[in-house]
Amino acid sequence: MTNYVFIESRDPFDPNGSRFIVEAVTGLKRLDNQVTVFLVQNGVLGARRNARHSHLPALTRAGVKVLADDFSLRERGIQSVELFPEVQQSSVDALVDLLVHNATKAVWH
Amino acid sequence: MLNKTLTLALMDPPYESANSTTAFRIISSALRKGINVNVFAYEGAVHLPFKEQAPHPNPVKGTSVEQEDHPTTKAFVASLLQMGAGDPLLSWVNCGLCVDERGAANSIEGVKRGGPADFFRMAHESTNSLVIATK
Repeated sequence: MTNYVFIESRDPFDPNGSRFIVEAVTGLKRLDNQVTVFLVQNGVLGARRNARHSHLPALTRAGVKVLADDFSLRERGIQSVELFPEVQQSSVDALVDLLVHNATKAVWH
Repeated sequence: MLNKTLTLALMDPPYESANSTTAFRIISSALRKGINVNVFAYEGAVHLPFKEQAPHPNPVKGTSVEQEDHPTTKAFVASLLQMGAGDPLLSWVNCGLCVDERGAANSIEGVKRGGPADFFRMAHESTNSLVIATK
């Protein structure tokens, strides 16, 4: 088993914005890997529970841990109560901890 | 965190993408945790520590340089190099060919010149590596 951290910076509502993440992350999870998605910059826009057609519920249903950068949320006026309950508010400090964890592969998107 | 090193490859030029800000935040966080950081600046990212960057007034709003307090990426890089001046260590390498193409040789102090082989070496010697590519 390998740990994967996907750092999702792209607006999921852009054309093809979330397709790569969904396919890559769920595929790795099916192969029994530990997968975390860290949302940053416009990547946090899909974390709002009122966001239509967000790809994130499919990820959390697949057992993927989804974290959202607090700074990016604040910049966009998104409060923690607006998030999908499965999405955890997090920080770059927590991301760094994940990155230096042993046997972790990091992918920026 | 003893004996941990993080390597980042950056590609975005200054003032064009939030990627630069996020990269700076990651570097700052790692240094505060005592983690050594290597940065390999490639393509437009070699301009991040460009010494000739200058803050400017805003003629539309009628504000002065001082009132605008415009942040430059060279100032951010200088602060990070100061944080990583010893232990932990921040090593910033600009791709030499990218520098020459862009006339970006005049970097702030502490920035080294190198090449992709340096990135390979840094990644090989690191706990982990992260490539922040342009979109």
